[in-house]
Order: sequence, then C-alpha cells, then structure tokens
Amino acid sequence: MIEAVGLTKSYGPKTAVQDLSFSVRPGIVTGFLGPNGAGKSTTMRMLLGLDTPTSGHATVNGRRYADHPAPLREVGAMLEARAIHTGRSARNHLLALAATHGIPTSRVDEVIDLVGLREVARRRAGGFSLGMGQRLGIASALLGDPATLILDEPVNGLDPEGILWIRNLLKSLAAEGRTVLVSSHLMSEMALTAEHLIVIGRGRLIADTSVADFTAGASRGGVRVRTPQADELAVLLRELPGAMVAVEDEPGVLTVEGTDSEAVGRLAAEHRVVLYELTPRQASLEEAFMELTRDAVEYEAVVRPAELVKESAA
Amino acid sequence: MSTATYVSKRAGDGKVTLPRVVTAEWIKFRSLRSSWITLVVAAALTIGFGALFCWATMSRWDHLPAEERAAFTPAEHSLRGFFMAQMAIGVLGVLVVTGEYSTGMIRASLSAVPKRLPVLWAKALVFGAVTWVVATASVLVAFFVGQSILAGKHLDTTLSAPGVTRVVFGMGLYLTAVGLLAVALGTLIRNTAGGIASVFGVLMVLPLLSEALPSSWQDHIVPYLPSNAGQALTHVTQAPHEMAPWPGFGLLCGYVVVALVAAAAVLKRRDA
Ligand SMILES: Nc1ncnc2c1ncn2[C@@H]1O[C@H](COP(=O)(O)OP(=O)(O)OP(=O)(O)O)[C@@H](O)[C@H]1O
Ligand SMILES: [Mg+2]
Repeated sequence: MIEAVGLTKSYGPKTAVQDLSFSVRPGIVTGFLGPNGAGKSTTMRMLLGLDTPTSGHATVNGRRYADHPAPLREVGAMLEARAIHTGRSARNHLLALAATHGIPTSRVDEVIDLVGLREVARRRAGGFSLGMGQRLGIASALLGDPATLILDEPVNGLDPEGILWIRNLLKSLAAEGRTVLVSSHLMSEMALTAEHLIVIGRGRLIADTSVADFTAGASRGGVRVRTPQADELAVLLRELPGAMVAVEDEPGVLTVEGTDSEAVGRLAAEHRVVLYELTPRQASLEEAFMELTRDAVEYEAVVRPAELVKESAA
Repeated sequence: MSTATYVSKRAGDGKVTLPRVVTAEWIKFRSLRSSWITLVVAAALTIGFGALFCWATMSRWDHLPAEERAAFTPAEHSLRGFFMAQMAIGVLGVLVVTGEYSTGMIRASLSAVPKRLPVLWAKALVFGAVTWVVATASVLVAFFVGQSILAGKHLDTTLSAPGVTRVVFGMGLYLTAVGLLAVALGTLIRNTAGGIASVFGVLMVLPLLSEALPSSWQDHIVPYLPSNAGQALTHVTQAPHEMAPWPGFGLLCGYVVVALVAAAAVLKRRDA
C-alpha cells in the first residue's frame, strides 16, 4: 500500500509535482502514466525518500520509506536512470545491496536466475545492453522479496519478448498480493498490464481510475459517415444539438462528434440521404490518453496534429 | 485479485545496521578494479620515489654543499614519495563517493540505507582502514628500501633512532587523514573533477598561495594549513614556526572531522 498526501516538489521556480494525492492498493498492478516531464520519476523518488517533498508526504505500508528498519524488504525500486556503478559486476552490485540487510547470497543468485542474467552476472555492468540493464534493475528491486514494487518505465528499451516477460512478471507479482506501481508513457501497454491507472500531467493528478472505466470512456470517438450528399448531410447534422461536423479531406466523408451513429442514421433516413458508410469510430487508448493529457503536456511540438485536423475541418 | 497483503519471506529478516553497511561498502570497494589500481599506484609512488630520491642524493653526496648535508634527514628522505602518493589516495577517496554520483549508484545505495549517514560513516571506515594498511605497509617498505640504498654511503638510520618510528608510522596516519579528507570533500562536492581539484587545492595550492602573503602573516597561517599541520608529524625535528608533531596532526584530524560533519549534514539534506 502506497499513500501520497499532497505531495509537492519544486526545483527552484519550477514546480515538478503539485499537490498530488493518491493511494496504490496491493494485489493489482497500478499504472502511473503521464507525458514527458509530468513528474512521474520525481514522484517515485519522493516515495523512496531520495528527494524531499517541498510539502506533503508519502508513506509505504503505513510508514515513511526511511523509517522502515529494513527498507529493501518493504519496497523494491527500479528508477529511471540506471542506479548501478558501471565498473562493478552485476553479482557484486547485488551482493553489496544484499549485505546492507544481511540478505543471504543464495537470494542474490536466486534473483539473478529469475531475471535470466546468470551468464553475465560476473561481467561489468557497464558493458550491459539496455535490456540487460533493465533486468539487473528488476533483480535489484526483487532482492528483498518486497511487498511493494516501484518501477520507473521498466519496459523502456526492451524487445517484444522482454516486454511480454515484464508484463507477466508484474501480473504474477501483483497476484501474490504485492503492491505494484509502474510508470509508463504507453497507455496501450498499461491497458494490457495494469488494472488501475493514475494519470498525471504537469505534476497534477488528472485521473485516478480503473483501466476498465478508462477504456469504456475512451470509446466515444465520433462517427464516420460516407455519403454522396455530404454537403446536404453536413447542413442537417449541424442542426442536431451537440453535434460537431468535420469535413474530411477524403471526398464525401464526414466525421461527426457529439452524437452517435443511430442519430446520424435516423436523420439521414428522414431526409432521404444515401449513406455508403456509417462507422462508430473508436478512439484508441493512446488517443484517449493524449486527449486527457493534452492541456498538460510539458514539451510538445509547436503545432499539434490534432489542431491541424480541427482547423482544416472548420 | 488477491486481497491478502504480501509479506517478505525469501530474503531473511535482517535490518540495516552499521556493521552490515560497512560490509556492503567493503564489497563495493573491493569489487572495483580502479580501487586496487589506485592503491598499487600509491604504493609504487611511495616506494619508487623514495628509492629514487635516496639513490640521487647518495650519488651526489660528495658534491653537496655543507648546509645541505647538515639538513639531511635519512628517514624523511626515504619517505618523500608521499607527496605523490597523497594525490593518488586523495583521488581514490574522492572517487569512492563521486563514482556513485556519476553512475547513479548513489540512488541504489541511499535506497538501501535511507538513513544515509551510515553510508558515509561506512565509506570513511572502510576507506580509512584500507588506506592506513596500504599506506603504512608501503611507507615501511619505502623506509627500508631507502635506508638500504643510503647505507652505500653510511647515511642510513634505523627505526630506533630518535623520532624515526613516529615519522614512519606518522606518515601512514597522515596519508589516512588525507584519504578521509578526500571522502568528505567528495561528498560535499559530489563531482569527480571538482572533488579532485579541491583536494589538490587544499593540499598543494593553499600552501603555495599562502607564500604570497606578507611574511608577518605567514607565520600565523602557514603552519596551520591542513597539509603543513599534519606533516609536522612526519618530520624528525620541527622547523621554526612549525607546529609540534602531535598537536599538528591533531589539527589535521580536526579539519577532517569538520569536513566529515559538513559532508554528513549535506548528505542528509540534499536530494539524491
Ligand atoms: N533535479 C531536478 N532539478 C530541476 N528540475 C527537475 C529535476 N528533476 C526533475 N525536474 C523537472 O521536473 C519535471 C518533472 O520531471 P520528471 O523527470 O519527474 O518527469 P517524468 O514524468 O518522469 O518524465 P519522463 O516521462 O520524461 O521520464 C520536469 O520538468 C523536469 O525538468
Ligand atoms: Mg521519468
């Protein structure tokens, strides 16, 4: 169980995280999402006591992280940047961490096998590929067999096989009753892995929702209509309350938002407009995520593709 | 979905204790090749330069002016390699800390020991002990090698001559204090280049700079600089205005303690 209460972090004039409160339950994977610079990594560092919050506080299993007498057995973490000395072998890295808690060497070898690094465990970590580095990060996190895991973008840089491996690992860890908080940029990946989502943007909480609710909410994506009488239908549709019509570049194609396919179909029938196509368009999870965080994007291209569409449609 | 909360069971039931953190720091220290290379370099500089100085003096002895002969102290002469060795030890002391910041390892270290201060104390303890052993051993070797060279002109001395034991073992202590000062400066500055520069600054540049001061000030400042105060312990007889051996070394230890306390305060407070 992780609880954040009013977490705020400022770096000079820059507020990276602002008044963020959430709780992360055990037994499920919770996805922590937000665009670049949203404050995910900063929040995770505050959970681990590495950065001191400007105000607010965070607890893990009822205590501040630093107040646990054996923190590695309470929380396992993998942070964004690799927290490994490049000159040391993977095994020695884990042995040193284990020594701080009197964790036996057998457990070190166990986690090495678990993440599949046995062959390279005695090689310098500096020579590791991105994927091997991520696996070593996971091994460090699992070392203390902790009840809570905090992982910052664990799939970053992994190949499809590695991504699948992480996905299954996280689910099985959660199924054992652990609390699992995983950050990501990828909504689609989280939809497959997580059961619950915490979405932040510009350091503020945007959504705290189950994946099921988010996915259901994402489905209102407008209706695509193809008709030889596009101009006529567009005029009629604009009179429907709440409906917004966009004329697409493709000839005879309209996109209607704010209403559903039934209403469009009925309207067309009433006015004897011929329809070739009437398709409810499902916004992808990724689009829904971008929609949700649009106003909270920290770093963005000067012109947003979404705006281009709106302008050409107007 | 399971509702039972997981309890750690496969990783023993140990808590974080200072002895365990010391073990961890020892594992970290010995598992880096650079640690051993630098220690070997420090030992080689101590022994090699000591031997070189002794050999050079001995071969020129008959042509040396009388006042140089009068000032000659065989014990100190055989240990003159310390001047280079203290730099190697200073660099390693800085790296013990800044190597963790530059690689990101510090986040793993401080996550494992979130109280933080045990990490600094353990680093100081491990590095101090290793430095003391290596420095004392190489100083002893340098002493005996140097004396055997000087024996060619019967210029050699022995450990039982007045002050010589203090000088030889004092050199090991001085180098250990330098190492600890470097650990503290590394923690304060967190950056390898800056840390090394500050060690050089304190040990080498400060004494040079202070020579530019008016001579009436010099007597009040120069003897109390960390390097000069500590090196008093490594001189058989004291120069005018130089501190007495043990008070001098005591002052160096005072600087080291102040630096370590400042490092602890900063480590505890700053974001990692
Ligand atoms: N140590 C720091 N000093 C100054 N600013 C910082 C620091 N750490 C983070 N920031 C700023 O705080 C904001 C949040 O950064 P953070 O790394 O937490 O975002 P993030 O959500 O993890 O982003 P990403 O998805 O790119 O990893 C950014 O604007 C970043 O520039
Ligand atoms: Mg991040």
